[in-house]
Amino acid sequence: MTTPNTILTAWIEGVGLLGPGLPDWPTGQIILSGDTAYAPTPITAPPPQGLPPAERRRAGVSVKVALAVAQEAIAMGQLDARQLSTVFASSGADGDNCDAICAVLASDDRHISPTRFHNSVHNAPAGYWGIASGAMTPATVLCVYDDGFGAGLLEALTQVSVEGRTALLIAYDSPYPEPLNAKRPMPDAMGIALALTSQQSPQSLAQIQISLTDTEPDVLANPALETLRLAIPAARGLPLLQALARKQISKVVLDYLEPLRLAVNIKPCR
Amino acid sequence: MNPFHLSHFTATSCLGHGLDAHQTALRDQRGGLIPCQFETVRDLDTHIGEVTGVDTVKLPEALAEYDCRNNRLAWLGLHQDGFMAAVDAAMTRHGRRRVAVLLGTSTAGILQSEQAYRRRDPVTGVLPADFIYRTTHNAYSVADFVRKVFKLEGPAAVVSTACSSSAKVFASATRMMEAGLIDAAIVGGVDSLCLTTLYGFNSLELLSATPCQPFDVDRSGISIGEAAAFILLERPASSLNSDSILLLGAGESSDAYHMSSPHPDGLGAQMAMAGALQAANVQAGDIDYINLHGTATPSNDAAEGKAVATLFGDRVPCSSTKGATGHTLGAAGGLEAIIGALALQHGFLPGGVNTRTIDPNIPIQYLNANRDTAPQRVLSNSFGFGGTNCSLVLGRAG
Repeated sequence: MTTPNTILTAWIEGVGLLGPGLPDWPTGQIILSGDTAYAPTPITAPPPQGLPPAERRRAGVSVKVALAVAQEAIAMGQLDARQLSTVFASSGADGDNCDAICAVLASDDRHISPTRFHNSVHNAPAGYWGIASGAMTPATVLCVYDDGFGAGLLEALTQVSVEGRTALLIAYDSPYPEPLNAKRPMPDAMGIALALTSQQSPQSLAQIQISLTDTEPDVLANPALETLRLAIPAARGLPLLQALARKQISKVVLDYLEPLRLAVNIKPCR
Repeated sequence: MNPFHLSHFTATSCLGHGLDAHQTALRDQRGGLIPCQFETVRDLDTHIGEVTGVDTVKLPEALAEYDCRNNRLAWLGLHQDGFMAAVDAAMTRHGRRRVAVLLGTSTAGILQSEQAYRRRDPVTGVLPADFIYRTTHNAYSVADFVRKVFKLEGPAAVVSTACSSSAKVFASATRMMEAGLIDAAIVGGVDSLCLTTLYGFNSLELLSATPCQPFDVDRSGISIGEAAAFILLERPASSLNSDSILLLGAGESSDAYHMSSPHPDGLGAQMAMAGALQAANVQAGDIDYINLHGTATPSNDAAEGKAVATLFGDRVPCSSTKGATGHTLGAAGGLEAIIGALALQHGFLPGGVNTRTIDPNIPIQYLNANRDTAPQRVLSNSFGFGGTNCSLVLGRAG
């Protein structure tokens, strides 16, 4: 069956990055453009900004990573968080929290703490983001196992192109401890955020146009970065970040659900 | 937004398997909540809305790795009301890549992990070899399962925003159709009983000992339920029967207030309802019935009541059907959209069950008895932990 090849367009206003050996977007940009060697050192998740003390204490790794990259992207784009809708995409909820709940429920005393329970929801980082930013705008939270980055990018682009919103994509993952890590191995936490608008602004880094395709996804030439791309779902977005870092007109194909991929055409604005 | 057609839908909950069972129970004002004897749970003084027959569902061999309570419930739900055939016909019309699967769940098959932790190796702590995380525990497993059942090749996602999940999927699906990425979507949600939610809500002291009593002056918390709700959403054909059901608008917002308590004035809820009305291009006065989120916790109902009263006064009949179904969490948005669709198609407003003395401090028109009046447009509310809100406006085609 022939189908129209829909192309969705947006401008990238800001980027946030935090992953092993990638402490922020300025550093990541140098590494991804090939100017500095890459070494996957463990991440340090900064304390979350903007949360009241009680919420700050309760925030787990996934909340810290999601908030850090979201705030980096917004600062770069000089955007008001309260005006942005958000699309969170993660393979799992907080891994440490889930392990703790499962362990208690398997014990003789099944009393779990209220904080553990409300932190167990997949949308906990979105809830903390609302509290930290004051944004009462729509926030959606996706899970697409390994393909959350592509799915989140597609959802964000539909918000931008159909509803004319400015949307913030926040793809993040955090590992489970053992014994779940053996069943769902992940070496570290990671997050990528992209602030996306429907119109070009003085802050715009690049225009992106995405469409569904079935050509093979891009791999990263650097073996250590390619290992990272395959090891953490959020890292599936690295080929797009690499294209942004190189500031050249280019096309990348990102992983999405079999048999589909996302073709992304990137046109730098400056 | 442009209207979208709920071209086929089906619901399975503690009220029964399929639409007829739901319509009959709602007409009879019969609830499905029973004292909790779920799995190994014997120490919680609460009622649950358990779906019958889930344990005996057998998935086909080719889908055996998806076997868990949540996907068994999904399988049971898909086989009611001719839904499988309706999806097959939609695939023939549009093609496998043009039909998306966008489903809500909060806990998916986490029961599988809860049980696997009991079977950890006593020495090494390793989980049993037969436990599969990806196809059971992971939130995406239910959308993946449904996509595999139909051998679909289009976009898919799980929205997991606690108790608004399966309302928000409608909004995502309409955007994908408006963008031209797809021609149809299987939306809705599946959420199943598990220990995390039973003991979790217990830890928050939010479980009612009696079958839950939404908007009652004596309401004391929720009763947890489970459900599978599936809707095939498409662009409307050029001519529709008058009793065809349309999604007219969706509104989404965030409370930005607290992780597990609603904004006391229901500010986020107001924004979601106002957004849905605006998207549907209708006024508050055009709504004939509101299916409330109405979880029956003291603070949730008070906040939602304030929000509804602010926008609608006491002019619009409202009820929560959670007294009958329990709170089906990530499936509630889908299930209650379908209850709204039944009210539109069959011309009645379902009164809330278990509610004896309507809270006099909440100035809305709460129905605790059925009303035989034919609504043209209904609003359905779904709110959740993390301060997530979604409202839908549904209407008859004619």
